[in-house]
Amino acid sequence: MRGRRKLGRGVAVVGAGMSKFGMFRDKDSKYLFAEAFKEMLSTVDKGVDPKDIDALYLGNFTNDFFVHQGHWGPIISDLLGLTPKPATRTEGACASSALAFREGVFAIASGFYDVALVGGVEEMSKRNTEEVTQGLAMAASPYEVKAGFTFPGVFGAMATAYFARYGATRKHLMNVTIKSHNNARLNPKAQYNVSIRDIMNQKIEKAKVKGNPLPTWRNEKEFLRDPGANPIVAWPMHLYDCCPISDGASCVLLVAEEMARDFTDIPLYLVGIGQGSGKGLHAKEDLTYFEATRHAAEEAYELSGLKPEDVQIAEVHDCFSIAEIVHLEDLGFFKPGEGYKAVEEGLTRLDGPKPINTSGGLKCKGHPVGATGTGQMVEIWKQLRGEAGERQVPIKDLRIGATQSLGGTGGTCTLTILERR
Amino acid sequence: MEVTPFNDISYERFLSEEKLMGSRCRDCGTLFLPPRAICIECYSSEMDWVEMRGKGKLAAYTCIAIGPPFMAKEGYDRKHPYVSGVVELEEGIKVVARIEGVDGNKPETIKIGTPLKVEFLHRGEGRNPTTFLAFRPL
Repeated sequence: MRGRRKLGRGVAVVGAGMSKFGMFRDKDSKYLFAEAFKEMLSTVDKGVDPKDIDALYLGNFTNDFFVHQGHWGPIISDLLGLTPKPATRTEGACASSALAFREGVFAIASGFYDVALVGGVEEMSKRNTEEVTQGLAMAASPYEVKAGFTFPGVFGAMATAYFARYGATRKHLMNVTIKSHNNARLNPKAQYNVSIRDIMNQKIEKAKVKGNPLPTWRNEKEFLRDPGANPIVAWPMHLYDCCPISDGASCVLLVAEEMARDFTDIPLYLVGIGQGSGKGLHAKEDLTYFEATRHAAEEAYELSGLKPEDVQIAEVHDCFSIAEIVHLEDLGFFKPGEGYKAVEEGLTRLDGPKPINTSGGLKCKGHPVGATGTGQMVEIWKQLRGEAGERQVPIKDLRIGATQSLGGTGGTCTLTILERR
Repeated sequence: MEVTPFNDISYERFLSEEKLMGSRCRDCGTLFLPPRAICIECYSSEMDWVEMRGKGKLAAYTCIAIGPPFMAKEGYDRKHPYVSGVVELEEGIKVVARIEGVDGNKPETIKIGTPLKVEFLHRGEGRNPTTFLAFRPL
């Protein structure tokens, strides 16, 4: 029998930074990563000499296709003056930098390195929507692509299976969207840092200026039900169920636990880490959950000795609204079929008992795919250290936070649990 | 006689002959669609080709308004969405396919559990003909 999972030695996060996420005509991958790196350096309370970084692990998914440039490890290493130290690129579709983080953890836990920079970058917005859809589909299973499935399509199909099983409807997906926008409104780094209400008001103002008939939405759900305002992408996924096309970069600095206090008085200790892989849509036993997320969660909870209820705050991979609901269940925060009800009851709001995606999530913060995994950690870093400003959650004795990433259509999933001691 | 290899190339060629073919493990009887060369239940590599009866029911679906370029070429767009779905076959296994004969503009009228039968859509000409697997309501 296998023994209990353990790390050779402890690992801590001592710095975290991200670029602004968005669509930038005038910023490329190198510029964005430099922005994230500079912010990360500024968060290391006692400072770090970049020359002390032993290795770089970098997540990136689509730059080969979208920017026609591969081999990003050494490019970023050179950008930061880290050559000739090793640079390794990881690819796990939308979970690419979550895998970079994991590689960094294992490198330090093994005792081989003491300080590792892990991060991710993606540059997507210089292509049109059809090209981006085609590029992202490279991470789906070949059978799905041939059957016409797009990414929103796979999640749309999962949503129809979930609706049929548990009685949820589009209305419940809207609760996720409205919450994400309310949180993103308080996040200056978010691509869409506006509430749905703000967007409605902007559209009404625009109609007034243009002399067009004024929209008659009485509330956010009426706006989201209006096919003119919120068109279908892949039913039941509408525009506001889908994360945007984004550019951005993020990174965190990992060090061996015993030296963490040399860098900061408030390190975050890695307590749980897990990863799983999943089958294509046709081969899933059940279309209402992700087996890879469940496996990742099992590994991470086993290593940490923690239970789902011990996780006080989490960033989960809400590439599509239904994914947030399903992940809440896969991580054990709520029972299967109860996730949509928890969102409706407000349990996952910023001021609720289990705040989820306080950054605005992928939906509003943006989803530069390779940058997302470590981007989620930037939010947990801020929240656990009490540095999240206006969107700081009001939980007393906030100590344990988690990030969950999903790559492809559930092919690669991870869960990471961090603790402030 | 050489056995047809249990892979995606053979699977595609059978589709072009209007046959939906999977593989069945000779040792433990597990059925795989698309075919697998190695049984992931008992790790035997003794397989037989099996033709599916081509009947099943809709397990999940989506109406896609923004599709890949090869679907756009068939005339599908934001005003003319197409439907893709997961079909649970009578044989007890699932397959992903295009769903024909339903209205992509009226997603609420499409019902999970609808009985379906297989259809083969032959597209492309000359050197690159392709057959797409599809299902349509009985």
